[in-house]
Amino acid sequence: MTLLIEQTLNGIQLGLLMFLLAAGLTLVFGIMDLVNLAHGSLYMFGAYFCASFTAWTDSFVIGALLALPAALLLGVIVEVVVARKLYRRDHLDHVLATFGLILIANDLVRLVWGPDGRRIPLPAWLNQPIYLTPDLPYPTYRFAVIVVGAAVALFLYWLVTRTRTGMWIRAGASNRTMIGALGINVELLFTLVFGLGAVLAALAGLMAAPIVTVSIGMGDNILILAFVIIVIGGIGSIKGAFIAAMIVGMIDTLGRALLPDLLKTFLSVAAANTAAPALSSMMIYLLMAGVLVWRSTGLFGARG
Amino acid sequence: MAGLLTPLTTWRGRITALLLVLLGLLPWYAPWLDAAGIISQKFALTLMTRVLILAIAAVSLNLILGYGGMVSFGHAVYIGLGGYTVGIMAHHGVQDGFLQFPLAIGLSALLALAIGALSLRTRGVYFIMLTLAFAQLLYYVGVGLEAYGGDDGLTINRRSDFAGLLPTRGLDKIVAFYIVSFVVLVLVLWLVHRLVNARFGMALRGTKSNETRMQALGFATFHYRLAAFVIAGAICGLAGALLANHTEFISPAMMHWTRSGDLIVMVVLGGMGSLFGPLYGAIAFLLLEEFLPSLLRLVLTWLHGGISAVLGGAAIGTLDAWLRLAEYWQIALGTIMILVVLYARGGIDSLFGRPRHG
Repeated sequence: MTLLIEQTLNGIQLGLLMFLLAAGLTLVFGIMDLVNLAHGSLYMFGAYFCASFTAWTDSFVIGALLALPAALLLGVIVEVVVARKLYRRDHLDHVLATFGLILIANDLVRLVWGPDGRRIPLPAWLNQPIYLTPDLPYPTYRFAVIVVGAAVALFLYWLVTRTRTGMWIRAGASNRTMIGALGINVELLFTLVFGLGAVLAALAGLMAAPIVTVSIGMGDNILILAFVIIVIGGIGSIKGAFIAAMIVGMIDTLGRALLPDLLKTFLSVAAANTAAPALSSMMIYLLMAGVLVWRSTGLFGARG
Repeated sequence: MAGLLTPLTTWRGRITALLLVLLGLLPWYAPWLDAAGIISQKFALTLMTRVLILAIAAVSLNLILGYGGMVSFGHAVYIGLGGYTVGIMAHHGVQDGFLQFPLAIGLSALLALAIGALSLRTRGVYFIMLTLAFAQLLYYVGVGLEAYGGDDGLTINRRSDFAGLLPTRGLDKIVAFYIVSFVVLVLVLWLVHRLVNARFGMALRGTKSNETRMQALGFATFHYRLAAFVIAGAICGLAGALLANHTEFISPAMMHWTRSGDLIVMVVLGGMGSLFGPLYGAIAFLLLEEFLPSLLRLVLTWLHGGISAVLGGAAIGTLDAWLRLAEYWQIALGTIMILVVLYARGGIDSLFGRPRHG
């Protein structure tokens, strides 16, 4: 039972991280109609920025707070130099150009930070368990990730549904040409949305960094998961991204935690340990295929 | 066969013919290149075999991407399936190529039928993502197959045996396999040429430009698209079977999504919807990958010499420090890709004059 609660919390934590990554992706996708494969690179840069700033300031929190504006700056540069020229092109061009951006990003990181992975040390107060109930310890850091992730999700909800900027964003997602005609500075809005997406991706990357190792290409596989999430949720829908991210986080975590024991009943231990993570990854893609075959624009998507 | 190369009177036709002749005769002039100290015979043949095999895969992707307008982002999955078919059979002692190859092609066609039947119901980016999802599914099957090496892959101890017709060791093996790959490529090019110029290809290209109109004309467009998808999958499975024989190794990395991305890059770099475009693209992409570091070193040496002559050597660092930058050649490759997308839409093929479709 304790294991189940702990793994459920881990699932929520992974789901929230994935949501941060997917939210930026679905906004960029929904509003600018841009397939941005380099979104995973922004996630990676967030982690590397945080690693450097943490090393300089000796504080993970200050390091993280400095990494976010750095990611914003990087996002704006990428938008102005490359992404902006792609909005009017077709999806194939997006895939190609941003695939090129991934190659550049990975080698740029190797050039600046070297080929070896980095670990971000946690401060002592984050590096101990807290007791949710007297006999249920849980790592404080993972709990902090849940709190920050939930807070950012609520902030996004407020931003999109309750503010003027959010109104522009929603209007932009449903009709780009029209909001331009109504006198909104579309170019600035696009840069803003891209920058916001970069900050969210970097936040996900730097929060994941102390749990996984900071390494080159760390964003490449998680990017595909983020795409799966926004496609399941329906492109452009923040709500859909949130629900899909939670489902994917749960499947991945619970699959990895519970499947090995289940598989050991009819497979050898070694085979079960290899097959279980593969199987839980496969379940995510099966879910996506199932959702798309059932509803060809995802759970909450309006357009293709 | 004649229709493939005409008209030889245009530059496009002449360049393509010259390229095919150069490729076809490589085993005969490679020893001469080796003797002249330009490039080792074995290295040249091994590298170009890989180019030919991936060109076959790119030509198959071009059939659905270039002619059919279907952006499949999971095409490497058939390379993986073809490769695993050969690898797993060899692992269990079945070396007969006359069994391995038809099975690799047949299984790939079946997989393409299943993926296509489900994916082709969706449009646009959902199609891209669905083909990607199915490819990832198979990728994780490969990772989970502990019996066949899981993540680490599997070494193939003996290549496919075609009734003992192919040499099994030494330089002869490499030369023979190069010739086989070249012949297969030419046959595939011929097949695709015939397909896209037949009624089938016309309907497929019509579907790409206006599906509703094709349906109004009475064409069952879904069936045309699905048939093209299956043929492309089968051809790519053949490329996978060849690749497994070439590298004598299989692993899930063969079908990682970045490999599917590489195939798309080859097709677009070469020129979509042009018969020989994917071949140009495969040559350019793989040779860039191989020789870009050396090329960069050359440019950097030249730049360093020029600048230090003007500013004095001490001001800009040693040549060694500059040459180390060439390790990061992927930055240059990525930049080239972005520039091609932004400013050279027709790909390499469009440099040779008027596009010839099919």
